[in-house]
Parts: sequence; C-alpha cells; structure tokens
Amino acid sequence: MSNSLLEVRGLNAWYGESHVLHGVDLDIREGETVTLLGRNGAGKTTTLRAIMGILRRREGVIRLRGQDLLGLPLHKVAQAGIGYVPEERGIFASLNVAENLTLPPIVSDGGMSLDEIYTLFPNLHERRTSQGTKLSGGEQQMLAIARVLRTGARIILLDEPTEGLAPVIVQRIGDVLVALKKRGMTILLVEQNFRFAKKVADRFYLMEDGRMVNSFPGHELDARMDELHEVLGV
Amino acid sequence: MSTIFGIPTPALYGQILIGLINGSFYAMLSLGLAVIFGLLRVINFAHGAQYMLGAFAAYLLLTYLGIGYWPALILAPVIVGAVAIVIERFMLRRLYGLDPLYGLLLTFGLALIMEGAFRHWFGAAGKPYAPPAQLTGAVNLGFMFMPIYRGWVVIASLVVCIGTWLLIEKTRLGAYLRSATENATLVQAFGVNVPLLLTLTYGLGAALAALAGVLAAPIYQVSPLMGTNLIIIVFAVVVVGGMGSILGAIVTGYVLGVLEGLTKVFYPEASSIVIFVIMAIVLLVRPAGLFGREE
Amino acid sequence: MAVGTQYLAEQPKLRTTSLVIGGIALAALLAAPFFLYPIFLMSILCFALFACAFNLLIGYVGLLSFGHAAFFGGAAYFTAHAVKVWGWEPLAGILLGVAGAAGLGLVIGFLAIRRQGIYFSMITLALSQMFAFICLQVPFTHGEDGIQGVPRGHLLGVVDLNEPLAMYYVTLAIFLFGVFAIWRIVNSPFGNILKAIRENERRAISLGYRVDRYKLGAFVMSAALAGLAGGTKAIVFQFATLTDVQWQMSGEVILMTLLGGIGTMIGPIVGGGLVIALQNYLAAYDFPVTVLIGIIFVICVLLFRRGIVGEILELMKRKAKGAA
Repeated sequence: MSNSLLEVRGLNAWYGESHVLHGVDLDIREGETVTLLGRNGAGKTTTLRAIMGILRRREGVIRLRGQDLLGLPLHKVAQAGIGYVPEERGIFASLNVAENLTLPPIVSDGGMSLDEIYTLFPNLHERRTSQGTKLSGGEQQMLAIARVLRTGARIILLDEPTEGLAPVIVQRIGDVLVALKKRGMTILLVEQNFRFAKKVADRFYLMEDGRMVNSFPGHELDARMDELHEVLGV
Repeated sequence: MSTIFGIPTPALYGQILIGLINGSFYAMLSLGLAVIFGLLRVINFAHGAQYMLGAFAAYLLLTYLGIGYWPALILAPVIVGAVAIVIERFMLRRLYGLDPLYGLLLTFGLALIMEGAFRHWFGAAGKPYAPPAQLTGAVNLGFMFMPIYRGWVVIASLVVCIGTWLLIEKTRLGAYLRSATENATLVQAFGVNVPLLLTLTYGLGAALAALAGVLAAPIYQVSPLMGTNLIIIVFAVVVVGGMGSILGAIVTGYVLGVLEGLTKVFYPEASSIVIFVIMAIVLLVRPAGLFGREE
Repeated sequence: MAVGTQYLAEQPKLRTTSLVIGGIALAALLAAPFFLYPIFLMSILCFALFACAFNLLIGYVGLLSFGHAAFFGGAAYFTAHAVKVWGWEPLAGILLGVAGAAGLGLVIGFLAIRRQGIYFSMITLALSQMFAFICLQVPFTHGEDGIQGVPRGHLLGVVDLNEPLAMYYVTLAIFLFGVFAIWRIVNSPFGNILKAIRENERRAISLGYRVDRYKLGAFVMSAALAGLAGGTKAIVFQFATLTDVQWQMSGEVILMTLLGGIGTMIGPIVGGGLVIALQNYLAAYDFPVTVLIGIIFVICVLLFRRGIVGEILELMKRKAKGAA
C-alpha cells in the first residue's frame, strides 16, 4: 500500500484508434496540490479525462485510496470521491446558478455547506437565480469550482481554470485555491500559467507526448525555468 | 338559435370541445416524445403503441379481473412503463451513440409487433369501454351541454401536462434531466447515475402515453390501431412545435387540436389534413418549428 | 453504410466475380417464369425496384424517408386511372405514374429537406399520411374500393400483356432499366457529390455545393423510380388501392432495404425478394405478418445493421484484408 490518495500506474489510453497516453504514472498524497505542465496536446486534459473514466478505452492502474477505479462506470468514479472541473467549465444553460451549484450529488460527508460556498463566492449568491450561462467567464469558472466543493469529494481535478480570464479574476481563483488547500483539499491541476501554478502547487509533473517526463517539488520551479522553457517551448 | 358565421353556436362549441380533447392527447403524447427525444435522442415510434397498450391494459383489467377505471388509471401506466423499462434495458440501450435513425427503426419494429399481436388476438374492431359511474352524464354550461367525462379528460390532461412540466422545471430529478439533455457525460461525471436516468425517462414517457390511453379509452374505444394513426399526427405536432421546449410541445398540442376542431366546422373535408397543412406552412416560414432551436 | 459498390470497383477480382454472379442472376431471371408463378415473380420485381429506389435516398444520401408509399401508391393510382378511364396505352400510363410521383416528390422533398435527420423522417411520414388521406377522399381513387379491373392492354399497341410471359418480360425489362438507372446515378459525378454530402454535409456546403438542390434532386429521382415500380405494379396486378399509399407500405420498403443491406446495390433486391416470399409463405398460416415484420426489424437493427448483403461484403472485405 502506498500512502497516495490517488495512484496512477502505467496508464495507457486511446481516442478511437489513436494511442494518446503511454504509461502515465502519477501519485498525489492527501492534501497535496499537484500541477501538470506540458504543451498543448501533451496529454494533460486527456490524463484527467482518463482518470475520471470519461475516456473509456484505458489500460493500467488507477486507485483512489487503494480502491480500483478502472472498472467502474463514470458515475461510480465520481461517487468514489473525485470532483471534476472540466476545461470548458460545463455550466448548464437550462439550469440557474443555484441549480448548477447543487446539481452534483453529495458523495460523502465533509463537503462545504452552501453557506460556506456562498461566503467564498459572494457573486454566486447574488446571481443565484440567473441562468447559468448568463454569468461572465470568470463567474462561470467560479461556479464550476464551487459546484464540486459541496459534494465531499476528496480530490478535485481542475482543468485550466485560468484560461482566457482577466488577471484580477485569475488572482481571485488563486486565492480560492489557497483557501481550499488550507482546508486540506487535494487538488490535481492542469495549468499553462506558471506564475499562477507556482502560488499553489506543492509538486509539478511535466508531460510530453502522452508521457510523464519529469517531476519536481514546487520550490524548484524557478531553478528549472530553462529546462521548462525548452520542453514547453515558451 | 344563435349562429356565428352561419354556424349554429352549439355545433361550434361542440367541435371546439372535441378539438380540445384531441388536443389534450396531442399535448400529452408530444410532451412524452419531446422528453424522451431530449435525453435519449430517440424518436419513440412505439409511443402510439404504448398509448394503445395503456387503453388495452385498462380494458383487460376490467374484462378479466374486474378492476375498474380508477385503479386502471394508475395500474396501466405502471404496467406499460415496466414493459418500456425492459425495452430500454435490453434493446434501446445498445443503440445509444449510433445514428438516431436506428432508434426510430427499432421502435417502429416494436410498434408493429405490439399492434400486430393485439390485432391478431382481439381483431381490428374497437371495443367499448364505459366511463366510470361518477363521470357519466352531462352538465349544462349555459351555452352547451358538456358530457362530464369529456370535461374530465380536458382537466386531467392539463393537470398531467402541468405536473410533468413542474417535475422537469422545478425538481431535482428535473434538473438532472435538463442538464443530462445538454451534456449527459458531464452529469454522469458528477456522480449521477445517467444510465438509470435514461431508463426511468423512457419508462416515464411510456407511462405518460399509457395514461393518455386510459383517458382515451371511454372516448375513442379501444382498438389495436388507435395509436399509430394518432402518432403520425403527433409527429406533425412535434415538427410544428419543435422539440426544444416542453411548454412549446404542450401549447402546440392544444392549439392544433382546437384548430382541427374548427376546421371540422367550417371546412370538414380538410379536417383530417389540416394539421399536416399547418406543418407544411410552418416548414416554409419557420423551418425550426415555432418553439424550436435549429440543431 | 455504402461499402458495396465502391469496394467492388476497387477490386478487379471481385469485379469479375460480381459480373459472373450478375450474369447468372440475369439468366435465372430470364428462366424463372418457367419454374415459378410469374405473378409472384413480378410482385418481387416491382417491390425490389421500389426498394432500390428507396435505397438511392437512404443508402447514398443518408436520408431516411418514411413516406415513400406516397410515390409508389400514388403512381399506381395515376397509372391505373390513365389506363382504365382514359384508355391510355400501358407504357404511357406508367410514364404518367412516374411523372406524377416525381411531382409529388418535388413537393414533399422541397418541404422535408428543410429539416435534417430524424425530423426529415417525421416530415416525410406526415406528408405521405396527408397524401393518403387525400387519396381516401378524392373521387378518382374510389376510396376504400380503389381502382379495380385495370386492363393490361397491349404494349405500344402490339404486345398483348394479358399473356403472363409477355407481362413478365416487360416487367423484367422495366426492373432492369430502373436498376441500371440507379447504378448510373450512383456512379455519376452527381452520385459522388451525394455521397460527399452523406459523409459530411457541412464540408460539402463549405466546398460550395448547394446541398439542398442535390438532396432535392436525389429525392425527386428516388420518388420517380418508386413511381416506376408503383405504376408497373398497377398494370401487373390490375388494381390500385389505399394499401399502397399507407405508412405500412413505407415501413415495408424500409425493411426490405434494411434487411438486404442499406447502401449496397443488390441488397434491396435481395431484401425485397425475401420479404415478398415470406409474406407469400405466411399467407397460408395464421401467424400475423405485421408481427413478423416487426420482429425482423428489431433483429436487423440490433444484430446486423449492415443487412444480409452488407454483412457478406464486410466478411469478404475482411478476408481480402487478411489475405493481403
């Protein structure tokens, strides 16, 4: 038994016929924030989708606290305690803000109460009766994150939460993640924005062509900038 | 005797009432079709057959078990819903993700089987089914005599339609349904058992059709082909209303029923085709349907 | 769906094989009336042609029409009326049926192509039902009785079609002409554009094709050929009734095509033959035909969506791949 909350071993995945993940290994300990770095198309989002089981054709091992997730249908993966915040945010147009927020069923005790969530995101409280997709991009991202905090999920998968958002909003989301970390939430983050990721990440994984090529602790980020520039091409 | 446009008013009101009753069935059936299509992406051709099964269930319950109208109003939808759940689990489920045409063809085949079998066992002729004692007779509304049962059908169907609408718009189950209609995978990724939701939705849609069938039994008689001829008209109703909006499906059903009734008064020869003509006009003017979104 | 024709064209060996099979089939068709009832064979030919016409639309444009009975049955009425009441020569009567079906196809197709996918199917069904109601009410169709006792007459005033063999060979000629026409359409530049639309409609639009016109063109051709089958049937059976315009008939032609193989050249012929033979066989028993048709539908959709011919072609393709 490893002491990982989420443990991924030799994960392979396919989109139809094309082989997109080649033996991905990943460990996330309880309370840790881990960030996946990599170019577009390196397989970061795919890794999240494969862990969730949205991408069905997979081989390898995915365990949450020792429980095997690979054979489970999608909804059982969520019920096992993983919260998912997709890149496209996935706010439903036919639901208002409050309905969007309360849509995911509670999977275990220990989630945040609605009051706590509204304290963390006062905007959402103000706009709780608006149609979900009428919110601004930043508010939609807040809603997408807020949505998985109620459920008592042990770990949340967060896909590019700052993409396309104004610096002020990015700052707000950063504060939210720091607050979540303080509460002991475990987070797997996919992020292109280094500065943002540095603020919250305990460890980094670097992906290239569907493989993990490196991993290092958060404080080494600055020292490794040259290496990162090479791999990420930025 | 008073007249409007040369038509005696009692005849006019009578036809409007018949139109409202037909419209009640159009509304209930197109509502079920729209809910099923929204989530499962299947046009349920068997919807008419399920309506027929509902009526037959009531008839058989009465004839063989002596179970009357009121219990049948609950039992028939439960039976037909259960059959539908089996169909979804073992057949429809295999077709998700394929071209929606296959769902249409499968349910068409199922409709043929159900109708063919009932026709074989019970013949094509209609079987009378008496309305319950509490709803027989007529009331004088001042401007016309209205058979009580017909008034009951209009009210009951309104209650059913509004109830279904509230279920979808105002409850947690409805929120699952609406969100899964938009993006079923994501809803499942939040931990909602979407496969079960699909099964229940199909069962509920079929139960709704069966309920309409029981309501219809005392008015139209019970016959194996009562559903198919109706479902084709309901398809036209659905094309006119568009399937994007539940409320749109309901309103379109009633309005087209009344228009059909009025046509019967003013130009009876066209009454059987008027809904199709309206569909053609809507296609020319607003191809997406009155309440529809172009997909 | 349409693995058949293209694949055959790419495989010279198979092409020879299919030519040989075609030759044998033709010989069999020529000899058949000496072994089987001509009326039974003619029924198969008419319905097989109907199914081929229907397949032109579903197999090569991807449009599922649920209203093809209107063209088949409508043409039967037009032909029957022209021959019986106006005393037209049979071929002219059939041509009128074809023209009438094409006209109907233009109207129904124009409305139906305004929506896509499943809506297209519902619209064609609704409009054909409307046509069936009209047929029930207008005087010339004689309502529930239909047009009975249509004389077969003399083809071009010469060949006596009351002679079963003569009628058979004329029907066979019409059938072969229809199938050849479909083959030509499918393998023409026009047919290639249709297939491109079926594969990816948006792409075809972005390439500058006026997709709606192509769809409508294919719809009218399919309707006209269904009319050819229906008109011929009116002469062969000497009547035209409501049965041929009702939705059940639209369902039957879908089944024939699905069973044989959507998008294959000979699938609909095989499917048509099988369904007619089955109905003929069942007529002697108590088992309800509708139920059986429904069961075949369900089995086809669940287990072999490519149809009989489609599955065989797929098998051959896999074998060829394995050998290479």
